[in-house]
Amino acid sequence: MTQSDTSLAIELRGISKAFGPVQANKDISIQVRRGTIHGIIGENGAGKSTLMSILYGFYKADSGEIYIGGKKTDIPDSQAAIDAGIGMVFQHFKLVENFSVLENVVLGAEDGRLLKPSLSKARKLLKQLADDYEMDVDPDAIIEDLGVGQQQRVEILKALYREADILILDEPTGVLTPAEADHLFRILEGLRDEGKTIILITHKLREIMEITDSVSVMRRGEMTATVQTAETSPEQLAELMVGRKVLLRVDKTPAKPGAVVLEVENLRVVDEQKVERLRGIDLTIRAGEVLGIAGVAGNGQSELLEVLGGYANGTGTIRVNGQPIDLTGTASDARTRRARGIAHVPEDRQREGLIMDYRAWENVGFGYHHDAKFGSGIFMDNAALKADCVAKMERFDVRPPDPNLTAKNFSGGNQQKIVLAREIERNPDLLLIGQPTRGVDIGAIEFIHQQIIALRDQGKAILLVSVELDEIMALSDRIAVMFDGRIMGERLPDQTDQRELGLLMAGVTGAAA
Amino acid sequence: MNDAMPKWADILLIPIINLALALFVSGVVVALIGENPFEALRILINGAVGSAYGWGYTLYYATNFIFTGLAVAVAFHARMFNIGGEGQAALGGLGVALILLFVDWPHWSLGLLAAIAASAVFGAAWAAIPAWLQARRGSHIVITTIMFNFIASALMVYLLSKVLLVPGAGGSPETARFAEAVRLPSAYDIAPWLGFSRSTPLNISFFVAMLAALGVWLLIWRTRLGYEIRAFGFSEPAALYAGISPTRIIMIAMLVSGGLCGMMAVNAVMGEAERLVIDSVQGAGFVGIAVALMGRSHPVGVLLAALLFGILYQGGAEVEFEIPGITREMIVVIQALVILFTGALDNMVRMPVERLFLSRRRQPVAPLPKDPTHPGGNPDAGKVEP
Repeated sequence: MTQSDTSLAIELRGISKAFGPVQANKDISIQVRRGTIHGIIGENGAGKSTLMSILYGFYKADSGEIYIGGKKTDIPDSQAAIDAGIGMVFQHFKLVENFSVLENVVLGAEDGRLLKPSLSKARKLLKQLADDYEMDVDPDAIIEDLGVGQQQRVEILKALYREADILILDEPTGVLTPAEADHLFRILEGLRDEGKTIILITHKLREIMEITDSVSVMRRGEMTATVQTAETSPEQLAELMVGRKVLLRVDKTPAKPGAVVLEVENLRVVDEQKVERLRGIDLTIRAGEVLGIAGVAGNGQSELLEVLGGYANGTGTIRVNGQPIDLTGTASDARTRRARGIAHVPEDRQREGLIMDYRAWENVGFGYHHDAKFGSGIFMDNAALKADCVAKMERFDVRPPDPNLTAKNFSGGNQQKIVLAREIERNPDLLLIGQPTRGVDIGAIEFIHQQIIALRDQGKAILLVSVELDEIMALSDRIAVMFDGRIMGERLPDQTDQRELGLLMAGVTGAAA
Repeated sequence: MNDAMPKWADILLIPIINLALALFVSGVVVALIGENPFEALRILINGAVGSAYGWGYTLYYATNFIFTGLAVAVAFHARMFNIGGEGQAALGGLGVALILLFVDWPHWSLGLLAAIAASAVFGAAWAAIPAWLQARRGSHIVITTIMFNFIASALMVYLLSKVLLVPGAGGSPETARFAEAVRLPSAYDIAPWLGFSRSTPLNISFFVAMLAALGVWLLIWRTRLGYEIRAFGFSEPAALYAGISPTRIIMIAMLVSGGLCGMMAVNAVMGEAERLVIDSVQGAGFVGIAVALMGRSHPVGVLLAALLFGILYQGGAEVEFEIPGITREMIVVIQALVILFTGALDNMVRMPVERLFLSRRRQPVAPLPKDPTHPGGNPDAGKVEP
């Protein structure tokens, strides 16, 4: 410990926290210097969020000490955290949707019984912050009318209004376009230069490399390393996170596109609120190629997958292997789509792809439970399902390989492997795959990407939807960008860059890079 | 489907703890009104299972509760809360009465098959309307089924007092007695050596109930349909993804449920009363809810819970008879306490027991704790609209 304590904004000493038998944090010590951006990176379940929840007073550590600005501090609840100068920006914003920006900023921190003095004070502060850090947000705008990036700025403003010196951001870029993320980073850098301390929790190596000064890596509840960002590399960080060497790039040969497998013409979907979610989609996928759909979440990608998968109503034309698919009536359900050779790894595996209360062996037949190999007549052959599950678990390296374990007790990556095994091993002509690596640890990402490319190389058509631009760039043979229910344009991955795609994702056309 | 503790604890230990708590509180209540709780308990148990006479009534009641308990359990698997058992069972009774009054059956066995079919069809038909309204219009099944209980009750009063009433039946609204040929063999007929008296209400329907339990087990855990019903019950979005039609599952689950409720009439109407009387169901439809809850919607659990409630019904009647201080209403309070502890307050016992088991076992794959910053468990599941 070479620095004096007062140069440290936060110091944690020996923090441990267990939930029943699960040791979420094990003897964690960390020092964050004042005026720096410190990254905390780790896989899902590594204990990042638990650690930050302890720092913000949601959990009480079983043991260990917290020092804020060199002073030992107890944080029994979030008010104590705020009083200690800690501000937190959650992944899911905690804003009152029908309040104005100003009202949200002041909420809970009103000076007295009358609202007006607080509001005018906040208005002044907002104006000043807007000038200082490009944080221009209309103080009188209603939250629900604002874009995601602006809502996030309101969260930051809230923390600053409470005079936070230490700002913790939990996966802040998950919902942002690349341009919005860049803007956020500029704001964070400005805040750091003002002397604020920023802790950035993320699973994206690129962000760590781009913006942090130092980074701590967590694995299975332990802090495995703290390094200066300038002295490390993505490969080294990935290895520290996973505990072994990880291939960050996807090795693939150029695609050899064959016959057209999927043709979509003028596909439209209107949701229950009569809002048009797909406004005339046209696309084509050939055998042996991956078409990547890029876009910020909520721009119609989910509806595209659902209507292709057979459980959302749409109009237009869908042809698989040249044969049109009936989009009307009860015959047009997910079961008939599977019979036509369409397999689907849905975006939300916990809500759709798996029955979380079913055991693994029950889940490997899900959607295919009418197959002859899983039973005869009205009865299901549970033994056949179990045998199939054991085989799939071995081939897809599902851990633990226990077919009797309930789906919810597998990690995200292993849940996804179960879904993938089920869908890929059906040998489909077309694979729909949404957010293949969301909530999946790095080690499993590598495996899942390899499986997708292997399927492509077998001559299958693949429609990949992902909000992770890196993933789209790495896997796709062609990239289509969706915005507001339309396809804004198609690009080849080696002839475009994140900036151009980012503009398309924000709905800006005609601004060719 | 819970890995937190072994199956035996889920199925046996927790209900037993629940029951013990219910009995303890009941004992306190009995003591408070100045009676001896141990004496009351002795009379209750002795009256229910202390003699062939008691067993006859206990198992007769249990048979009713097996049918209604299975019915509620099947609906539970599709996450449908069928509280219309009263009405469906009443209509089942109507089906039994019509098929036995207006058709001459040469032998009770044929009459039994016909009565099973008629009661199931009538009960299912009564459940079909709320089911359709739920599946197609989104009308909540709890509201509609309970409304159908009242409609059924009014319908039965009308039919029994105006249409099916036998002249000169002493003024009570009931149908004529069924023919002697369709009298079901009672426990006395089947196994006189067990000491049952000629008047015992227990009859061959008990075996029909056992077969129904086996059928429900096969349906839920061994058929593709049962797989779909359970999948739908766990997650409707997942069911849609898998190509399972919600309308189909809701209709089938509720038809099976209503049919099972209706079949209760084979025991109560054909087997015991041998005519259709007003209020032939006597609350069994509601007891079925408690039975299904306590039996964790599993046929074996339903059998055991139905037996318990049979004991409470029969034993309670004996206590009421033997101890004047304990009135009919007191018995209802005790039954309500059992329902309260086994059904509504189940989690009160479940959580600490689960924690106990978890803390005694450290396994690497235990579920990660819910994170307060990520409600719903999946940190990335939140979709944000543009």
